[in-house]
Amino acid sequence: MPAEPAGPPRRALVLLAPLALAACQPAVLDPQGSVGIAEKTILIDSLAIMLAIVVPTVAATFGFAWWFRASNTRARYMPHFGYSGALELLVWSVPLLTILLLGGVAWIGSHDLDPAKPLPSSAPPLEVQGVSLDWKWLFIYPDQGVASVNELVIPAGIPVHFSLTSASVMNAFFIPQLGSMIYTMNGMTSQLNLVADNPGEFLGLSSHYSGDGFSDMHFDVRAVPAARFEDWVNATRGKGESLDPGTYTSLARQSIDVRPFTYREVDPQLYQMIVTQKLPPGPGPETGQPDRTVSPRTEK
Amino acid sequence: MLGKLSWDAIPYDQPIPMAASSVVALVIIGVLGWVTVKGYVPYLWKEWITSVDHKRIGVMYCFLALVMLLRGFSDAIMMRSQQALAFRSPGYLPPEHYDQIFSAHGTLMIFFVAMPFVIGLMNFAVPLQLGARDVAFPTLNSVGFWLTATGALLVNVSLVVGEFARTGWLPYPPLSELQYSPGVGVDYYLWALEISGVGTLISGVNLVTTVLKIHAPGMTYMRMPMFCWTTLAANLLIVAAFPILTATLAMLLLDRYLGFHFFTNEAGGNMMMFMNLIWAWGHPEVYILILPAFGVFSEVVSTFARKPLFGYRSMVMATMVICLLSFTVWLHHFFTMGAGADVNAIFGIMSMIIAVPTGVKVFNWLFTLYGGRIEFSTPLLWSLGFMVTFVVGGMTGVLLAVPPADFVLHNSLFLVAHFHNVIIGGVLFGAFAGYNYWFPKAFGFRLHEGLGKAAFWCWLVGFYVAFMPLYVLGLMGMTRRMQHYDVPAWHPWLLVAAFGAAIITVAIGLQVAQLVVSIRRREELRDLTGDPWNGRSLEWATPSPPPAFNYAVLPTIEGEEAYWDIKQRAFERLQLRDEPEYREIEMPKNSPTGFVCAFFASFMGFALIWHIWWLVGVAAFGAFATFVVFAWRDEDEYIIPADEVARIDRANRASRRAVLEQMRTAAR
Repeated sequence: MPAEPAGPPRRALVLLAPLALAACQPAVLDPQGSVGIAEKTILIDSLAIMLAIVVPTVAATFGFAWWFRASNTRARYMPHFGYSGALELLVWSVPLLTILLLGGVAWIGSHDLDPAKPLPSSAPPLEVQGVSLDWKWLFIYPDQGVASVNELVIPAGIPVHFSLTSASVMNAFFIPQLGSMIYTMNGMTSQLNLVADNPGEFLGLSSHYSGDGFSDMHFDVRAVPAARFEDWVNATRGKGESLDPGTYTSLARQSIDVRPFTYREVDPQLYQMIVTQKLPPGPGPETGQPDRTVSPRTEK
Repeated sequence: MLGKLSWDAIPYDQPIPMAASSVVALVIIGVLGWVTVKGYVPYLWKEWITSVDHKRIGVMYCFLALVMLLRGFSDAIMMRSQQALAFRSPGYLPPEHYDQIFSAHGTLMIFFVAMPFVIGLMNFAVPLQLGARDVAFPTLNSVGFWLTATGALLVNVSLVVGEFARTGWLPYPPLSELQYSPGVGVDYYLWALEISGVGTLISGVNLVTTVLKIHAPGMTYMRMPMFCWTTLAANLLIVAAFPILTATLAMLLLDRYLGFHFFTNEAGGNMMMFMNLIWAWGHPEVYILILPAFGVFSEVVSTFARKPLFGYRSMVMATMVICLLSFTVWLHHFFTMGAGADVNAIFGIMSMIIAVPTGVKVFNWLFTLYGGRIEFSTPLLWSLGFMVTFVVGGMTGVLLAVPPADFVLHNSLFLVAHFHNVIIGGVLFGAFAGYNYWFPKAFGFRLHEGLGKAAFWCWLVGFYVAFMPLYVLGLMGMTRRMQHYDVPAWHPWLLVAAFGAAIITVAIGLQVAQLVVSIRRREELRDLTGDPWNGRSLEWATPSPPPAFNYAVLPTIEGEEAYWDIKQRAFERLQLRDEPEYREIEMPKNSPTGFVCAFFASFMGFALIWHIWWLVGVAAFGAFATFVVFAWRDEDEYIIPADEVARIDRANRASRRAVLEQMRTAAR
């Protein structure tokens, strides 16, 4: 009658084994910058600390359940065993000690990896102002005076300081291989510091659901050698429109699946005008009167 | 006349909701027709719809949960299949539909599956375990249930008339503000939860009062079964937290209906306030769900290990510590808002501290198994499945409580995997354990064991196959709520997850089969003893199903395991206690108040959603008038004569005596 409860751990192992394979993919386990590397280390250390207590617990569950099955005549039945001071001490102190250790990791990690904390570097950081719009990303390079949409080009090895805001609803700015994500919110600036250690191409995305066009709100991140970055800036200055309050207003309208493009020059006050709402928040869906609309869709 | 409502509201052009809703409509019409033709309407009205009996209301809560589970799960199937198909392709669900599905899935599963399921189990079992005749406020209890049903109805009406929210299960502004969500979807969400939230609060007040004040003689607090303690903790949380939800959603309603600016982008509104408020409710909500499940596991593990619960006092302590701490951790839901290192670190550490009493509980169940004589019944299998699965889910939860780890895992499928790991592996497994455990008490026959075990194994395997890939996908940077994606590496894992969902479909099919087969074979599965599992707490002293008054004479409690002690004494003496002197019993009369009130509330909610202002007035007046009529009642109780009480109790005693006779024969 007793069914053998020996399945799950082996099954779990089989399923978790490909975690190792996952490391070859665009993933937080394959970080390409010092922030991401530190976060991966903390992730794995914390997991190891907890596994030290979780694995014996799971093993004991199977062990106890199997050994003390009703049909096992060799197991000692203790019908009144309901209290033991020594065991009580153990059951409170083991999780407490684990948490003490892990709490230390959390405290130190939170301070070391605070997204607003500048990264140590001899070179001054590159300033980038990011704006999440419905449904694309605008990146302004204030010192270079150019801007790009759904494309982020950064010099490898030089820290990047992001000032991030939203033109409409909440989003989160996230480049999984570089580390920390952070929310973007209208009327506010979030600070984030990241670095790409080596040249490479990464996926960037919005990791906070923001409406119908959300799934296409990803952007290409290209970390290039410093000299190539200068080339890119110079090339960008020579083409495309100029980004001023007028062109910004048409950009701020809802649109889905926007191909990357660049602006040759940017109004230096533009980011400030978005954050302080001198430029009003994005307009939302355009179709229909609120009174009659049932399922407003975005007109492309 | 009809506000915003017009024929455009019905999505004729969308085949999937139209097909689904016509099937649902056919089923509803079929069931209603069958009930009417068979002449069951008066029975249902008298015995169920107007019932104020806590057992009947508990059963109706669980029934609502099971029906909504089917609806919520069909959403899950659509999400999993969409993501399996939507690699470099739009899939078959356009964003405006897909976004409604994941919003409805979360809303239904939390508010109309998990909540009614645990509230149903608490309603059913707690008064029996305490040795009470009913809950403190029986009619209010009925009102609470029917208001919850109103909320569920409104969410389901949105399938056919209009649309549901496209803002996720928690409608974060400013996306949920009028400017970005001008349709009625968010209004459906808000009014459904405002109305059912009142129902939940009523239920919370009721159960807190019941556990604190209504006991059999000798049932002191430190003799209450663990399930009563976790019920107390969960309902204290309901009373403290649900008003926050109601108020927060009311603020969003004011923004949407009257042009306020609590959470808008402009005019000083602040979305961060919404996030803080919603999670000040949302995190205690997690414990509102899991604590009753912990209680079920405590009962089940102890019963089937044939041992008292290990470390009872420690368990009580752990439960109440969780109850308090659950209000101190809400910020871990948005470490990525940029609050700063000190704030993040403190909330991270607080979140980990909650893992201590939770860990204590797991260890105590473990030591309850130790030295037991374990019978692997279906409820125990669910409990063992829980212990293993929940430990994994707890571990990933603590991992997410480490802020720097959360910075790369937040909002990813890792998070989705984590909370399904604890909600399915914890709450749902607990609800299923309780469902199999107390079913014979409620209906007088057991559920089929073979099908129950098959369903368990399919659920367990299906869960791991469906959600372990989501952990991997989270580590691969895949964020939640994506309608389509272009990353090749994600695709195989989503196929595996979809296969897992298919296994869970089989599991749910087996559960339906288990119920049908058990009803058909109820005579062979009949429990005549009232104590099919050799139970330890007081509910097993009653016949199955228990009479309306539960106990002919309130038992006197002399220890922590009330019924076990009574049984042991009877076994030692090989005879029952002396027959008590039977007296007549006063019980609360049935009342249609709850149903009628919810009837008006449904119209009021619908009218508010569609801006049909005259109907709002009529319905509000109707609901108020219902209460006035109820408040003016002359008689609120009826009397069960002493003879009737004696007849029912003697039958119960006869079945227990038969068990003793068997033992006596065996002893010779």
